[in-house]
Amino acid sequence: MLKFAQMQLRDAAMAEDAVQEALAAALAGERSFAGRAALKTWVFSILRNKIVDLIRLQSRTTNVSALADDEAGMDETFEALFKANAHWRPEARPFGWGNPEDTLRQERFWEVFEICLNHLPEKTARVFMMREFLEFETDEVCRKLNLTISNCNVILHRARNGLRRCLESNWFSSGEKPC
Amino acid sequence: MLSCKEATRLMSEAQDRPLSRGEKLLLEMHLAMCRGCRNFRTQMDFLRLACRQFMRRWNGQDDGSPPP
Repeated sequence: MLKFAQMQLRDAAMAEDAVQEALAAALAGERSFAGRAALKTWVFSILRNKIVDLIRLQSRTTNVSALADDEAGMDETFEALFKANAHWRPEARPFGWGNPEDTLRQERFWEVFEICLNHLPEKTARVFMMREFLEFETDEVCRKLNLTISNCNVILHRARNGLRRCLESNWFSSGEKPC
Repeated sequence: MLSCKEATRLMSEAQDRPLSRGEKLLLEMHLAMCRGCRNFRTQMDFLRLACRQFMRRWNGQDDGSPPP
């Protein structure tokens, strides 16, 4: 859980506090649990809300919609995948990744996946993780972070493409050839 | 006619909201002709699947450390 909070918040001290508070809140509650799994799900749902509160606080002090250097760099890399007519350059064309189940069964894949996630620019990663890991609807993410829908879309597209490219070159590239 | 670049934006947004009929039509016409973008779409679906599974792995952990 701590590592999960750290991934989202990218701040060790904040993550530690969030997890501790979530645990304390869960233990202070009067609910009884059928088992360990139920307790864990409960703690996790508290943690999810704590993380979002902290992200909101952070986003108030930093300008989430301003384009950071690392994000601008990602956008340039994305633009470079296309020819002048906005169609794929042959060498940059996305290729088939094979059977997803086979990939997801491999432990080594998850290491690469985590590295690629951590490699995303901070703000980009936050929006993406709120959407995909904390499973907020996109308009909720935008609202909580004070982003316009179009800004949110741009950020999510950047994140997905960055992650896709990272996995493609670090995991899938030894597989099928581009067609 | 959609360009590949525009198609990637629609395919990302399709992960967040239902596309309009017009958008769907444009996208399908493009995908019918473009293998690169068809692969892009499969990759987007893969990312969603991987994220869901990633979360399940975290949630399934007892001590919060990454799964063995």
